[in-house]
Amino acid sequence: MVSIATRDASVDFPIFNAKTRSLKKTVLGMVGGNISSEDRVPVIQALHDVTLDLDHGARVGLVGHNGAGKSTLLRLLAGIYEPTSGTAVVSGRVAPVFDLGVGMDPEISGYENIIIRGLFLGMSRKQMEERVDDIAEFTELGDFLSMPLRTYSTGMRVRLALGVVTSIDPEILLLDEGIGAVDAAFLEKARTRLSDLVDRAGLLVFASHSDEFLRQLCTSAIWMNHGRVKAHGHLDDVLRAYKSPEVA
Amino acid sequence: MSSTSIQPSPSARALQDVREGWGQRELWGHLGWQDIRQRYRRSLLGPLWITISMAVTAIALGILYAGLFGNSLEEQLPYILVGFIVWGFIAGCINEGSEVFIANVGLITHLPAPISVHVYRLIWRQVLFFVHNLAVYAVMLIVFPQPLGWASLMAIPAFVLLVLNGAWVALAAGIVSTRFRDLTPITQSIVQLMFFMTPIVWIYGDLLNSPNPSIAERARIAEFNPFLHFLEIIRAPMLGADQHLRHWLVVLAITVAGWALTFVIMRRYRARVAYWV
Repeated sequence: MVSIATRDASVDFPIFNAKTRSLKKTVLGMVGGNISSEDRVPVIQALHDVTLDLDHGARVGLVGHNGAGKSTLLRLLAGIYEPTSGTAVVSGRVAPVFDLGVGMDPEISGYENIIIRGLFLGMSRKQMEERVDDIAEFTELGDFLSMPLRTYSTGMRVRLALGVVTSIDPEILLLDEGIGAVDAAFLEKARTRLSDLVDRAGLLVFASHSDEFLRQLCTSAIWMNHGRVKAHGHLDDVLRAYKSPEVA
Repeated sequence: MSSTSIQPSPSARALQDVREGWGQRELWGHLGWQDIRQRYRRSLLGPLWITISMAVTAIALGILYAGLFGNSLEEQLPYILVGFIVWGFIAGCINEGSEVFIANVGLITHLPAPISVHVYRLIWRQVLFFVHNLAVYAVMLIVFPQPLGWASLMAIPAFVLLVLNGAWVALAAGIVSTRFRDLTPITQSIVQLMFFMTPIVWIYGDLLNSPNPSIAERARIAEFNPFLHFLEIIRAPMLGADQHLRHWLVVLAITVAGWALTFVIMRRYRARVAYWV
């Protein structure tokens, strides 16, 4: 059963400056026995008491200002950050699409990058080899797949990354916005494929600033504000509340 | 991949990390190879450069120190060569281990994977370097034949112990130095220093049997150097020399203690790595 359940999950980042991150300071501080409050590591509360229940079939959009905690929430759901307090239980195979460039090696061919990225997403080499043709067709990269990735334009890289993630049938798909650098025709194709994928995936959480894109993929929405869930409900209701002027 | 239905204890999660990381052999196996190919991409000889540079260094140092110490080349050169190959593995595990998570910040913060994957990749890469260097050892055996026998097979379990220790050191040092960034340069300086304090270019047995009693006395201090024991358990069989049980016992004790320490660190700080990088 695919589901996400968090209970009062918080994510606090310690912000080490050069002073607090140094072993010398810690040791000397202990020896001196005089650690003032100014020396304490400042903490950024990226997420605060987030309680969520998402079940199979949910297609949730994440909205909120920059720094509201959207990306951190996605990373919490991906299992990258374990909550500093509270719990987060994620059942199902997760495929995160945050930064399309991470895990891509510019010196090796597009084909090899497809395999490696698939391995990172928990697939086996054999499973990825079966999917290469499909990905090649979708990305329309043709002969470029045997060229080193450094010869690719940004848009071509995005195509490749999208091609991989949409080929692997994840149960939980976590998308962070950043799918902007492709041409309009391909974007349309990608949307169709993403919609198809979302139909097959058990659960989608999608952070975006584009209402149009959100409406196409999501049915409900979560509005994040200062690390808290400000509203969670039907997409249109949440968007309306989010856009309404009194909160700006 | 990350499929957790219940909240396991920190201990269970630490073990799960190591186990799931092992399960992703295809991934780190591929990446480890990639790292080596990457380094020599577009060079004509490719990874053969690993072998060549090892051969050049060992031969040059062998000739230099044979002359300085007044030893014969067929004694000094094999000793330095094997010592160098083994030290290359040890130093690689420690030096790269101390920045293994810092170097993989992008992957750690963007893709959910057990943190042990990065350590497996590092150790695998070092194993591959070691294997490349064994070619030099093979050539050396032809030029300077060593009295190898069945006992030389002990080099295999010795290398397994080296790998096991490299893994815990990389995991533990990687986590701690992600938190305390000063530890990486400190570690690397210590490794540099230990190279000179460990019998690699100087021959331990010669000093122990030195006619000068105060030198022989001082040479015993080297027994406190843990690296000496790691080097001895593998170099002695590779050169067909006498093997001593005490080196094995020290290495086994360090292996157990090291993994116990690493388990404590993993249990306590594994989840913090993503926050610290």
